Amino acid sequence: MSKTFKMGGVHPNDHKISNDCAVEVMPVPSRAYISMSQHLGAPATPIVQKGDKVKVGQLIATPSGFMSANVHSSVSGTVFSVEPVADLAGNKVMSVIIDVEGDEWMENIDRSSDIVRDIKMTGEEIVARVKECGVVGLGGASFPTHIKLCPPPGKKAEFLIINGAECEPYLTSDYRIMLERPEEILIGTRILMKALDVNKAFVGIEDNKPEAIASMKSFSSQYPEIEVVVLKKKYPQGGEKQLIDAVTGRSVPSMGLPIDTGVVVQNAATALSVYEAVQKNKPVIDNTVTVTGECLAKSHNWLVRVGTPYEEILQLSGGVPENAAKIISGGPMMGKAVSNLKAPTVKANGALLILTEEQTVRKPESNCIRCGKCIDACPMGLEPYLLNKLARAGRMDELEAHNVYDCIECGCCLFTCPANIPLLDYIRGAKGEVIRIMRSRPKK
Amino acid sequence: MTNTLLFTVLTLTLLGLVLAVILFFVARRFRVEEDPRIDEVESVMPGANCGGCGFAGCRAFAENAVKAPSLDGIFCPVGGNAVMKKVAMKLGVEVVEKAPMVAVVRCNGSCENRPRTSVYDGTASCKVKNALYSGDTGCRYGCLGCGDCEKACPFGAIRINPETLLPEVDEELCTACGNCVKACPKGIIELRNKGPKNRRMFVSCMNKDKGGVARKACSAACIGCRKCEKVCPFGAITVEDNLSYIDFTKCKLCRKCFDECPTQAIHAVNFPPRPVKSASAPSAEAVAAKEPVLPKAETTVTEKKEE
Repeated sequence: MSKTFKMGGVHPNDHKISNDCAVEVMPVPSRAYISMSQHLGAPATPIVQKGDKVKVGQLIATPSGFMSANVHSSVSGTVFSVEPVADLAGNKVMSVIIDVEGDEWMENIDRSSDIVRDIKMTGEEIVARVKECGVVGLGGASFPTHIKLCPPPGKKAEFLIINGAECEPYLTSDYRIMLERPEEILIGTRILMKALDVNKAFVGIEDNKPEAIASMKSFSSQYPEIEVVVLKKKYPQGGEKQLIDAVTGRSVPSMGLPIDTGVVVQNAATALSVYEAVQKNKPVIDNTVTVTGECLAKSHNWLVRVGTPYEEILQLSGGVPENAAKIISGGPMMGKAVSNLKAPTVKANGALLILTEEQTVRKPESNCIRCGKCIDACPMGLEPYLLNKLARAGRMDELEAHNVYDCIECGCCLFTCPANIPLLDYIRGAKGEVIRIMRSRPKK
Repeated sequence: MTNTLLFTVLTLTLLGLVLAVILFFVARRFRVEEDPRIDEVESVMPGANCGGCGFAGCRAFAENAVKAPSLDGIFCPVGGNAVMKKVAMKLGVEVVEKAPMVAVVRCNGSCENRPRTSVYDGTASCKVKNALYSGDTGCRYGCLGCGDCEKACPFGAIRINPETLLPEVDEELCTACGNCVKACPKGIIELRNKGPKNRRMFVSCMNKDKGGVARKACSAACIGCRKCEKVCPFGAITVEDNLSYIDFTKCKLCRKCFDECPTQAIHAVNFPPRPVKSASAPSAEAVAAKEPVLPKAETTVTEKKEE
């Protein structure tokens, strides 16, 4: 019996066309653009200068605040410059540009493919290593992992949930690593459990990935403390709050954090990078990126070095087809359209999706017919039609009263709206504004 | 039959009288004392309720104007000096005349000047577009062209020109209420001095990128070359972050910067076209310098139309 969350959700076609494409290692780019803003929070401060020689895995930027993370070089070569580079949305982000020469790794990184099963480190050592290696949540939000591993005082984690739901259509990077490297993910899970001092972990996987479930179950049988939970295929099953609801039946309070319910959620890919960081001393310098779309001759799952420009990934994937109209970084539900193909990948890039004109067409907006479909679809129990109206009228006080800040921007409302109203576009803007107003208030 | 009629009429009359008496006493007991001047002030207000003065509407303006000891800092941009004089008369206080202001769009990235680098097919709202990305051109400071300013204007004074995709201000209708300034997520609209004979100068660009980058994105961008700063005899121009700014309180409208600007980022509005100088030009150098000025004289005329 598959588990699922209680409220809302939609059922988009999953389009997992790159399911059978094994992960290929992408050649190292000739020039890497490593962004200082690959995590939620303050951008890291570069510690290298123009002309410096760097090796793969060398620390090139340190955190500039509590909510920040280390950044490492993903290539070896000479620093060409440290300057702002436009990201996928055209906004300038401070980056370290490295001209690649050879592929020389730091000596202390274990590059062998042997699986190290024994966890020798203590909890504190694990957290320190995770912080040192710049591990961030690879599910999309890029929340620095070491902060998640240190619950605020007075709060204690009871369960760890590994998110292998991958509910976004098209995306298969987590699926492939669960298929190809299940044991490493499970060891990563055990490392995280040790760091959090919890005795029970769940791995949530949607039931449209039976092979991944089988692969994870075959190894998890060795570890009684890890349980693979089969989840129903429903979007947004992989949303943090939805996943907690589906697996444990607990609901995260409004404005609260998962830790308030005694749960910590980590993505499957994050568990893998934690394994690599702790057992192999390898910082986050590469990640799995799905390149997919119906218009492509062949889809790919690439292991890409951080900082590779999108252009190069697309070129190596067979080029952009002529009928392509839109390229999306991420999935079709929550991903962002790429306006700048020169933009480099960051740690949490999961996919590049290429869509044709027919697939991206926006139907003309008409009037709200008050069918209530958006209310049924909202997994957070909000009233998107109302929030949209209030947002357009700029009524921030009422938006706050209607909990606009709880919106997880999953896009279910927009997906389901028969009048094609761009509900999320307006709600997202208003949410940011309301949160800004709330933060600007003096604290009690 | 007559009895029923009589009974009904009498009951209703009596009821009416009793209620009137009750209402009379209630109205006396709970009477709200209000300064009669509030109504008087409100009667001279324009009644647009645009919020340009910073208060919730014309009534709120009147309440605050009556309460305040003086009219310093209270100004109705819509009614301007005429209304403020009337308000001052009603209240029996002095008011200092303010120079009339007008909204100015500080971007000249028309479709021609600023080639589009991507196609935006999302919601037609600058706010939404700004939240999604830096815009559909190479310039991340310029106008997004979705018309939030047009929607915000209660007077229909600012409209997007479908050809240039830039907003244009009708200076006759503009009251300088500032609603468009607040609506623009890029902050390219500024309230500036309307100027003598409506003549004014301004830098029509917000691009803070280095010259080369800015120029590549838009042929009308300010490249921060500082030529205007050097040529200005009044110290009205400052260049900061590769962007020039003309202080309208210091500008004497000599148009030296206008002639000097290599990208025509400086606009001169409502100036009459310059007479073509006679052949007695002092030197060949001046003639050479004048050459590029000629087409600018044309732009002055078109700008007059645009603005």
